[in-house]
Amino acid sequence: MTNNGSKLDPAAQWQAEYARTADKRPRCNRSGIVLKPLYTPSDWDGSRYAEDVGYPGQEPYTRGIYPAMYRGREWSRRMLIGLGTPEDFNRRQKKMLATGTTAVNFIPCNSVFRGYDIDDVDPLLVGTCGTAVNTLEDMRIAMDGIELGDVSLGMNDPSPFTLLALILVLAKERGTPWEKLSGTSNQADFISHFVANHMFYRLSLEGSRRVLLDHIVFTTKYMPRWNPLSIVGQHMQQAGATPAQALGFTLSSALYYVDLCVKAGMDPDSFVHRFTFFFDISMSFFEEVAKFRAGRRLWARLLKERFGIRNPVSLRFKFHAQTSGVDLTRQQPLNNIARVAVQGLAAILGGTQSLHTDAYDEAFATPSPETARIAIQTQNILSEESGVADVIDPLCGSYYIETLTDEMEQKAREVISRVDQLGGMFEAARAGYVQSEIGKSANEFQARVEKSQQTVVGVNKYQLPEEECSRAAAQRPDPDLIAAQYDRLRRYKAGRSQISVGNALEYLARATDDKQINLYEALVKAAEAGATHGEMVKTLRTKLGFGRPHDEIAGVL
Amino acid sequence: MDSSLKIRVLLTKIGLDGHDRGYRLVATALRDAGMEVILTGPWLKIEEVVSIAGQEDVEVIGISSLSGDHLLIPKLMSSLRAAGMADVLVIVGGIVPDDDVPPLEQSGVARVFHPGTSLGEIITFIQSRVAMQRLARE
Repeated sequence: MTNNGSKLDPAAQWQAEYARTADKRPRCNRSGIVLKPLYTPSDWDGSRYAEDVGYPGQEPYTRGIYPAMYRGREWSRRMLIGLGTPEDFNRRQKKMLATGTTAVNFIPCNSVFRGYDIDDVDPLLVGTCGTAVNTLEDMRIAMDGIELGDVSLGMNDPSPFTLLALILVLAKERGTPWEKLSGTSNQADFISHFVANHMFYRLSLEGSRRVLLDHIVFTTKYMPRWNPLSIVGQHMQQAGATPAQALGFTLSSALYYVDLCVKAGMDPDSFVHRFTFFFDISMSFFEEVAKFRAGRRLWARLLKERFGIRNPVSLRFKFHAQTSGVDLTRQQPLNNIARVAVQGLAAILGGTQSLHTDAYDEAFATPSPETARIAIQTQNILSEESGVADVIDPLCGSYYIETLTDEMEQKAREVISRVDQLGGMFEAARAGYVQSEIGKSANEFQARVEKSQQTVVGVNKYQLPEEECSRAAAQRPDPDLIAAQYDRLRRYKAGRSQISVGNALEYLARATDDKQINLYEALVKAAEAGATHGEMVKTLRTKLGFGRPHDEIAGVL
Repeated sequence: MDSSLKIRVLLTKIGLDGHDRGYRLVATALRDAGMEVILTGPWLKIEEVVSIAGQEDVEVIGISSLSGDHLLIPKLMSSLRAAGMADVLVIVGGIVPDDDVPPLEQSGVARVFHPGTSLGEIITFIQSRVAMQRLARE
């Protein structure tokens, strides 16, 4: 083109016109990455496609961990169930199975989360947020008519995994071989509990570590289809971590756990493929998609760099995702359905293996059957009406998404290297570093909301008077059923062989001092002898230390 | 009472839950607003709350409840009254179903702050209520 000086090239012309018309205040995502207004081949030109992107099911797994992704198998639609008594759980779970769910996601009552039997807590608190299961008899009722080998069991069962022990005894009773059981110990990542979710934190740091190692060894030996450890970024992000921090800290924990097992003499290829991940999905849509793509790539790279792992099966970053409870609003609650849909979409476009969508009433109640149904139907709409699952990793090749994926990987690597400098995740958590970083991010985010730099619809913008909102009443367990459960526990305790229970608990206590005994095997034996959940946790707390995050921390909160 | 005296606040959790993002945020905001904040860990027993509140001579107790523990608050209120601390301002923050608010208020809770409340609103509420109480005591 002959150039008389008036003709600009298109990029320069756009730059000039952009500068004239745009709002030029800088924009950042939640991880603090500055976002450009436009991404072009000058940001990502595809020249590193083979090294950084590749094909689904191949290194570095950016596009997905399986070759066929959702064309082979869609993500599993997991819903959490937990309310009231074992009878309530069983009724609701059977309904869920009848509507096509193949997974059981068991949420115990808060008293169980804290390691107590119901007779140790105020009846007012029993069964309000989860199901109270204390004994083998309770577990029989909860799982009545459910074929244990046919469902995937999501056990929200923190260390020392007493509920799984009850399931194992029940399986033995029914003649279901342990090898047939599939599922996940969803709440085995005690570091995440120590730093960001104290309700699940039961034993001291060292005690939790011993139990986890023996749990991994036990399941590797007897339960080849069981995932003994899900490493959880969800707690941290819900507590305030940015998506990049949540990814970095979670991978740091994962590296710590792999190292723990390797140092105990295990071959990484015997267990790493059964480690899974669990992440939160915030409203920051593209950032979340990039977080998941970056997570897959980074995990495969870290395992190769640090442990020399080459087996493709071990390099797969399998994860479950849950929409964000803290992003839900109490104000105008039906708006939450839109939020959940956006977050669910991000997880699907990010290639999740499994998804939980929150019910819209979770900002003020335990979900009702109706709100839970809407949440699952949101997934069905995404999956079967919208066509978003038709093409694998459909955002790949977007200049923006690829650049953001690179930047999220870089940010997460920075987090991991700071944790490395502190001696790894166990020490970084004990020193209070992780908690303090998460706290800072939580404060910064809240400040942005307060200054209306971050819009929350219905909260700091487009508010309506309270009375125009509709909120269903909270669900409560039937007090008569709760009272009956107290009676059942009393009868159960009276009807067992006290000598066998005493001996089994004594053996469990002894196992804590003897590394030759697998602690988890001793725990399953105690469950078989008739020990209750609370008795098993108490025995281990006495020997291994009661987990008190505020006292164990070495730094300042 | 000297109105320039710093307001002393006990922020705590009772019962079983451990979610702590909320009350840690509130603690930071109250400190930034010039208050003395005693922040405890979770799972305190009601007797422990009463005893710390007495020892620390607080004018305000904030209870954070995210998962059902608010049901114990009426018991806390009677224990405070029994210990002669009926004048301590008790506020609650977190997830409290609508139906549960009136019983809490009837038991003497000054205010339940729901999700989405601005930190500024909590600060203003505490400052104005404490100022009124101090005037009333003079």
